Amino acid sequence: MLAKLQLRGITKRFGSLVANDRIDLTVEQGEIHCLLGENGAGKSTLMNVIYGLLQPDEGEILVDGEPIVCHNPADAMAAGIGMVHQHFMLVPVFTVAENVMLGAEQTYGPDFLDIDAAREQVREISARYGFHVDPDAVVENLPVGVQQRVEIIKALVRDAHVLILDEPTAVLTPQETDELIEIMRQLKANGTSIVFITHKLREVRAIADRITVIRLGKVVGEPDVSASESELASLMVGRAVTLAVDKEPPDVGDVVVDVRGLTVVDERDYIVVDDVSFDVRAGEILAVAGVQGNGQTELTEAIMGLQRRATGSVLLGDVELLGKSVRSVLRAGVGFVPEDRKVDGLVGDFSVAENLVLDRHDQAPFASGPMLKPAVIRRIAEDSIAEFDIRTGSGATLARTLSGGNQQKVVIARELSRPLRVLIAAQPTRGLDVGSIEFVHSRIVAERDKGTAVLIVSTELDEVSAIADRVLVMYRGTVVGVVPGDTDRDVLGLMMAGVPADEAAERARQHHTLIEGLAAGEDGDE
Amino acid sequence: MSENASNELTVGQRFFRELTTGGTALTLLSILLAMLIGAVLIVVSDPDVQGTAAYFFSRPTDTLLAIWESASSAYSAMFAGAIIDFDAASVGDALIPLADTLTYATPLIGAGLAVALAFRAGLLNIGAQGQILIGATLAGLVGFGMDLPAVVHIGFAVLAGFIGGAIWGGIAGFIKAKTGAHEVIVTIMLNHIAALLLAYLLTTQLFRREGQAAPISPFVADSAALPRFFDGSRLHLGLFVVLLAAVYSWWLLSRSTMGFRFKAVGHNPHAATTAGISVGRSYTAVMFIGGGLAGIAGASQVLGTESYLSTSIAGELGFDAITVALLGRSSPIGTVAASLLFGALRAGAVTMQAQTGTPIDIVLVVQSLIVLFIAAPPLVRAVFRIKVRAASPMAAEVGGKTA
Repeated sequence: MLAKLQLRGITKRFGSLVANDRIDLTVEQGEIHCLLGENGAGKSTLMNVIYGLLQPDEGEILVDGEPIVCHNPADAMAAGIGMVHQHFMLVPVFTVAENVMLGAEQTYGPDFLDIDAAREQVREISARYGFHVDPDAVVENLPVGVQQRVEIIKALVRDAHVLILDEPTAVLTPQETDELIEIMRQLKANGTSIVFITHKLREVRAIADRITVIRLGKVVGEPDVSASESELASLMVGRAVTLAVDKEPPDVGDVVVDVRGLTVVDERDYIVVDDVSFDVRAGEILAVAGVQGNGQTELTEAIMGLQRRATGSVLLGDVELLGKSVRSVLRAGVGFVPEDRKVDGLVGDFSVAENLVLDRHDQAPFASGPMLKPAVIRRIAEDSIAEFDIRTGSGATLARTLSGGNQQKVVIARELSRPLRVLIAAQPTRGLDVGSIEFVHSRIVAERDKGTAVLIVSTELDEVSAIADRVLVMYRGTVVGVVPGDTDRDVLGLMMAGVPADEAAERARQHHTLIEGLAAGEDGDE
Repeated sequence: MSENASNELTVGQRFFRELTTGGTALTLLSILLAMLIGAVLIVVSDPDVQGTAAYFFSRPTDTLLAIWESASSAYSAMFAGAIIDFDAASVGDALIPLADTLTYATPLIGAGLAVALAFRAGLLNIGAQGQILIGATLAGLVGFGMDLPAVVHIGFAVLAGFIGGAIWGGIAGFIKAKTGAHEVIVTIMLNHIAALLLAYLLTTQLFRREGQAAPISPFVADSAALPRFFDGSRLHLGLFVVLLAAVYSWWLLSRSTMGFRFKAVGHNPHAATTAGISVGRSYTAVMFIGGGLAGIAGASQVLGTESYLSTSIAGELGFDAITVALLGRSSPIGTVAASLLFGALRAGAVTMQAQTGTPIDIVLVVQSLIVLFIAAPPLVRAVFRIKVRAASPMAAEVGGKTA
């Protein structure tokens, strides 16, 4: 039988860079084919070639054994290839049905839109796969997971037999991820082939029928689906990696940060952090777990002095931080790794060296009076680049040209290069590859071992389980509970959906897998 | 979804990035191309060429000759008027055109720096005009209204010019910092207020020249006048003052902690805030300093070039300043170079019109074309989000990896 989709020797160059080097890939009918690789390995380039967004320099694409040439996504769709991008291509103010028909509008009479037909299609597909999508809902009001299903419906309406999912789980809660996996299984049962791009090993192991690993633009292996996570990781990174973080039990000291009754109101007048109290002790890592958008971001920002409308108390030792400027908070010995490094962490058009002194540029030894000391900045930058293994040409390289992992290393290097009493890191490994995650985690643990109180915000259960000494779970701005770091993942997942710790433990005992899917993430998002 | 929004650069930020990533070669090519198109216009508007074109098919050489004659004589007249006049009686006279060029460039440098500095902090300072006017007003008031010893008087008058412009710019920066009101709107409004304020002041006892019906001020005292270098030209000490300002601006942007903050705020206010840099304070400071430099330009006009205040003291300087800062890619050195170019075009245009009858408007067209060629492509790219091929995200992704 002919393969559904076959790539033969696809090569794509950007100038002197070979983004895809003679890549062969075969996807059978009704197969879930995982494409695994680090950020920058060339996965997205390859998918953009298949989807007609880029033209290959060499090689050919075959669908059902027939060579096809896609000059644009319309050609790809005509050939039965659909793609769900990492960033959704939906019109937020349109309804689901309107989004689905956009670009493939059905009309009747002279030129009237047949919205009813589109509604019917959405209902039909939604029922067939159990999507639970209302065709008349406005997209911007839907949770991320449901928006993703709308994207899938869009592809299915256009008769996609091959569905490309580009890092679909990056934006989902654990429960939404389970639901997506269930949907993928049903699509597969209906004969749809799926190319599933990810760098999360757990998901690969859960669903893949076949795995192809790409590194630096080349296919480096097609491991068996029974391969262990560490085998997959080392194939992906090109060397052995330790997935678990090496750490000793914490040597916990006194309370360093004491947060009492912290409440934050955002610019829309919503209470986003609601009477939150906790403490962090010297030498321990407290992880704040929760689905994206449940107040964790605002919590860290309030401590840093970045949220204006915050009330309550944040004591560092016996100094009140709330109401102080960002500058004073930083000077008090708080290190901060913001959630979005590109927006809040780095000045992209500044050099690596300049970014390394961004929050200390006016202090000795980097400045004397109003004068910068460029030579000192350069020299110390070289030290940091060496110590933190930042892969850059030199300290003069612009930060925005670095890969995500190296950008994050710049932010971490900056914050860890001064004496800290507290380190606050929000999503410190988001979007990073396995190798960088390993590095960032080990540095955070090292900082803890120096006796610094560490507060981590993470939406990734893997990360929380790996490095937390204690876990605080947030849901809709409130604290669901504080549990030990080795708490079962299922329990944490349920707590992230707002289930109190005791009840979560009870329910997790009853059914140990989370494939059932709880609708919890859905209301958690709005 | 708000996260997506904050990821997006504003049109202004993208424009700035596009503008500053272009090379010097692009600038030079734009100037050359603009001059070529200018030549076409000169030729087309020349009656000699039109005359010979009537019998082009019987004697084409006549037309071609007339074309060459027309374009070359216009541009050589311009050169003679802007740089060196080889027909002059003495060496001193031969350099008068160059002095004229520098005279025209002087206020442009000061005002151009005002726009360039603000641009580096992410602000579009459309208010150089108003800052020049208020600077000139205060400098003039000190110049003709006070009685001080020679050197002190000059210094004090220039300082008054700086303070006037700084306050006018600082107001815009402060309003932006405190209320978030867009600086373009605020500075445009302040321009109107400054113009009308000066027009009003010139009708008052304090400012009006005695025995004059026209709204002009008395001449500034000799002790406050910026000394001129030689007879036959209005070139004066103000040139060195604005060059000092350019050196200061360079130092500020590349060597000072304050300039570091300005640039950080200009490139990424979010990251600057997170690093403990006060964005509002930077906005106010950069508009204060920039406004002050525009104020110095105003002082140089009233104390040097014109010697008295009138409603037309600033001419179109404030708007040419924007052009000059764009052309100079918002760097102090570039701004000085662009100001010299514009000064030369301006000085040359006068001679060109006198000698060859080519309308002076041609030069305005050439100036506008230069700006169009340089500013338009990045603007188009910024507005329509067109990516330069080499900088495609895929390439960057892979590039970052292998680098």
